[in-house]
Amino acid sequence: MEIQWYIGLSVALFCTGIVGVLTRRNSIIIFMCIELMLNSVNLLLVAFSKMHAASALAQANPNVVSDAQIFVFFIMVVAAAEVSVGLAIIVMLYRNTHAVDVNFLNRLKN
Amino acid sequence: MSITEILFWVLSALALFSAIMVVASKNPVHSILFLIVVFFTISGHYILMNAQFLAIVNIIVYAGAIMVLFLFVVMLMNLNAASEPKKNRMIQFAGLISGGCLFLVLVAAITKSGSTNNMVQMTAGDQGLIKNLGKVLFKDYVIPFEISSVLFLSAMIGAVVIGKKESSSTN
Repeated sequence: MEIQWYIGLSVALFCTGIVGVLTRRNSIIIFMCIELMLNSVNLLLVAFSKMHAASALAQANPNVVSDAQIFVFFIMVVAAAEVSVGLAIIVMLYRNTHAVDVNFLNRLKN
Repeated sequence: MSITEILFWVLSALALFSAIMVVASKNPVHSILFLIVVFFTISGHYILMNAQFLAIVNIIVYAGAIMVLFLFVVMLMNLNAASEPKKNRMIQFAGLISGGCLFLVLVAAITKSGSTNNMVQMTAGDQGLIKNLGKVLFKDYVIPFEISSVLFLSAMIGAVVIGKKESSSTN
């Protein structure tokens, strides 16, 4: 497969995530769309790492494939930590306002 | 079309359909289930590219742990389709148009620059196997690996501190 199809798929998933963040009001769905965006970036990183594996770059720097896949691993690590803290915040928000609507956060203004 | 290409298109179509259903579902539990399908299809893409370690880690960490955590929280709050907050039509339409514009801009950028038809090396290459990735991780990236364990510790402590009930400050 050429790299363009992978870039197209990753861009489509990323834009779907953005539409989800802009369109929905439920904070849990917004959080899930952020995870969708992170996964689209992971897919693109792995696709590029395999593209460079076959090219001349791999002879010059033999670690170029493993570097990208280790980076994807660390992105997953950070996403897992972020999900645990974010869900704790959402649960506390629900406990105080009994809703998961992000528009209710306007009350924090005053 | 070889079997690899057919698999690529089937997985991509399934991933895109499930991603759109994540955004469009009224019931939050359905959104979570569709997102699990997305994670499985992305792991399928990783296996197609022979990044086996990442495929398994994706399933275990994302679909197995993070989505289960989401399901716990949704079940705790007892959300269903009836209590779903709705944005008004104009804002939903504006969000869809902005996302669509971003998609068009990025696709135009891809096609303008696509003169080098680089091929992705599928189902070959052993850099994605656990043995080789493990060697690189523990030789060159051992310091970020240890720092990520500190990150997890701080995230755990933070989550517990945030979630604790305030027993003395509400009187």
